[in-house]
Amino acid sequence: MNVVVAKTETGRALSDAFAVARERLPGKGAIAEQRRQAFEAYERAGLPHRRIEDWKYTDLRALMREVLPLAPAPDAAALTRAATAAKSVAIAGARRVVLVDGVFAPSLSDLAGLDKGLNIRSLREVLEGADTALAAEALTSDAANPMIALNGAMATDGVVVDIVEGTVLSQPIQIVHIASAQAPAAMFTRSLVRLGRDTVATLVESYAAADGAKAYQAHDGLVVSIGDNARLDHVRVVEDALDAFNISSANVSLGAHAHFNTFGLTSGASVSRYQLTIAFAGQGSKVETNGVNLLNGKQHADTTLFMDHAVPHCDSREIFRAVVDDRAHSVFQGRIIVRPDAQKTDAKMMTRALLLSDEAEADNKPELEIFADDVTCGHGATTGALDESLLFYLRARGLPEKDAQALLIQAFVGEAIEQIASDELREFAILTAQRWLEARA
Amino acid sequence: MPAVQETVERVRRIDVDQYRYGFETLIESDKAPKGLSEDTVRFISAKKNEPAWMLEWRLEAFRRWQTMTEPTWARVNYPKIDYQDLYYYSAPKKKTLSSIDEIDPEILKTYEKLGIPLREVAMLEGVEPPPGGEPSANRKIAVDAVFDSVSVATTFQKELKAAGVIFMPISEAIREHPDLVQKYLGTVVPTSDNYFATLNSAVFSDGSFVYVPPGVRCPMELSTYFRINERNTGQFERTLIIADKGSYVSYLEGCTAPQRDENQLHAAVVELVTLDDAEIKYSTVQNWYPGNAEGKGGIYNFVTKRGDCRGKNSKISWTQVETGSAITWKYPSCILRGDNSSGEFYSIAISNGFQQVDSGTKMIHLGKNTSSRIISKGIAAGKSQNTYRGLVTAHRKATGARNYTACDSLLIGDKCGAHTVPYVEAKNSSATFEHEATTSKISEDVLFYCVQRGLSQEEAVGLVVNGFVKDVLQQLPMEFAVEAQKLISISLEGSVG
Repeated sequence: MNVVVAKTETGRALSDAFAVARERLPGKGAIAEQRRQAFEAYERAGLPHRRIEDWKYTDLRALMREVLPLAPAPDAAALTRAATAAKSVAIAGARRVVLVDGVFAPSLSDLAGLDKGLNIRSLREVLEGADTALAAEALTSDAANPMIALNGAMATDGVVVDIVEGTVLSQPIQIVHIASAQAPAAMFTRSLVRLGRDTVATLVESYAAADGAKAYQAHDGLVVSIGDNARLDHVRVVEDALDAFNISSANVSLGAHAHFNTFGLTSGASVSRYQLTIAFAGQGSKVETNGVNLLNGKQHADTTLFMDHAVPHCDSREIFRAVVDDRAHSVFQGRIIVRPDAQKTDAKMMTRALLLSDEAEADNKPELEIFADDVTCGHGATTGALDESLLFYLRARGLPEKDAQALLIQAFVGEAIEQIASDELREFAILTAQRWLEARA
Repeated sequence: MPAVQETVERVRRIDVDQYRYGFETLIESDKAPKGLSEDTVRFISAKKNEPAWMLEWRLEAFRRWQTMTEPTWARVNYPKIDYQDLYYYSAPKKKTLSSIDEIDPEILKTYEKLGIPLREVAMLEGVEPPPGGEPSANRKIAVDAVFDSVSVATTFQKELKAAGVIFMPISEAIREHPDLVQKYLGTVVPTSDNYFATLNSAVFSDGSFVYVPPGVRCPMELSTYFRINERNTGQFERTLIIADKGSYVSYLEGCTAPQRDENQLHAAVVELVTLDDAEIKYSTVQNWYPGNAEGKGGIYNFVTKRGDCRGKNSKISWTQVETGSAITWKYPSCILRGDNSSGEFYSIAISNGFQQVDSGTKMIHLGKNTSSRIISKGIAAGKSQNTYRGLVTAHRKATGARNYTACDSLLIGDKCGAHTVPYVEAKNSSATFEHEATTSKISEDVLFYCVQRGLSQEEAVGLVVNGFVKDVLQQLPMEFAVEAQKLISISLEGSVG
């Protein structure tokens, strides 16, 4: 039931903030108008709350209360701190593009000697450039989703990646989001990645905090279009500070015979929400979506997935694992829709949660919405604790309890991590998971 | 595959005669004035000679209802209901007296046509008792028949009385057992629960009341048969079943309505309470008129059914076969409050034509070591939409909660939709929940295999469907299983070809 709730004090504060920030936001004319409309769409709904079905388990009005003012552009000291943080999440062999406090940082990014057919620009450059169609695409909004609309209205910067037809990238592109502001603030970033026909690329997104970053809010949006016969491997790692918010969305569309393999790992942020929308626009395409949430303390992580099968002969697979300790709260909402003409769809979704503490909570809502008859669709959801008999077996062989648990947890999340195609990235994800387990022990 | 002449004819025949229970009975009836106001509520209460507390209870519900808005979250679409354009009370004019022979013969004929054994033994499927002996006890079913708003007959009173079981229309129970009714009415589904339950609380006219005393195993199946007959009436029945410590009762419910062009409203409330070690098995075969081939007419079925496992080791089992109604909005639920209590939900929901079904269950685990099982089979054909919506939740203190859910959907034809919306919420680590759902169509291979062996396309579909729903059918009492099997084949006829 959607209930219109009167605008709160904080809602008003934000509209004033938008009026002030407007002048600072890149893009004039049509782009400014697009931002205004997006902001209006956000204002109509305000911060989502639990009476809105999609936000039932993640009530931002209770968790976040307000959207903070824009972070100031980073100064030299901030960039130095950010450089250290960026290094700590760096992946060997990847081409790094760094955004600090929502602003592209050329000094920390590696844009020299780009592959032929690869073009990387900052969003600011695109918004201020002559290609208005591209600028409009980058700021695409969703009026029905207030947080995507807000992101579209407020985005200060981001990365625009173009991969020309037939290009096979030699190294992964890593977009690194660093928060460094020392007073609580919000950052809004938006990136656009376009893969032409017959291209192959790997994209990594990392979120981390520099030393001294204070209770910030990272609002990120990613728009991806994958051309016919192209392939994108995508890995996303959220290691934000434990007092931070990360509200992100990705909107992916696939052409014909395209392939998208995505993996997300969330172990950071106090409250995080990742909204992934995948739309099949061409036949014969394939998507693998996998995710792991590793949560403890009072963390709250929400993964919301919308898989839109609009055309026939496409396959999708989702494997999602959540490990929830202490008083943490993991949410998985996955909706597969098979539209009337999408015959021969093969869609499967499996979500499993492991509860390590009596105060942990896991909510799963896997949905199927099917309008075509010649399809095979299924979903599964399980929730439970670690198997006592397995623990006993390991402990009987001399493993301390925490180690025995760690081994079983590793196997549990392994199923999702294994789906990462690239060896280096798989290894990277395994190491990140191990770090979490070690910190726990 | 092109339909053979035989199939075409068969389908055509079915089209005009698909709903078997669509006849209307012409009897005079006594109605409340059209529309809904405090006066209507007072009228109904006065008709029933209710005590003052009951009227107050109704009025409170009515006042609350006026402040509520109709829920819109279900996946069903229907034109706005004008609640002032309905009759809220309709009773056959001739007042029924103590004996069955005094019931209006037209009504008896109606129930005869429906195959409801009102005449006790003589009606039991034509089985004559052996000379000098009683008919075997396990074949007996005590029936409470509800015609529009009032209960017309309750059979087997004597035998039930001997066992101490109270089975009577709820309007009588309010007068004769006010203590029991007051103690339990509205404790499972409070008057403020939801829009339709609140409406029901204000205007319910009749329904069944069952009380099984401690340690008693009810000697026979209890059954209620609901029929909406009158034009423009809403039927609002209320059922309250209490199984006291260590008792057991099995309860069946069936529903039909005449074929009419306009939509009729049915908003019932069913409350079940089980105390320590008690068990209630509640089975429904819902076959309200689903509307015609163009989606015109049919019953709007907005029902709130909830069971409360109040005592430890108690059990509530819901089994439903849903084939009728233009719109179904129904979530029989279990509150597993007592330690070691268990809840079950077995459902077959079949939709054809323009039917819309949004049904499922809620299993709310509150006590320790509680368990629940959900088996739901949805079959969508024609242009229908069939949704399973379910909630499984374990409270922080519900250690050792266990749930298994399987919901499968079968699609027949490419104009229908099947949807699954489960909510799985675990708030403590010892809760073990499993949920699985699949959606598919009947495999061409299997159909080909059957057809090759001489079955017609329809027979083959029937065979596969029966196999698909077998898990649930097995849970039904025998008398209902046969009926349900027939119903399934009727509602799917004409969906292939």
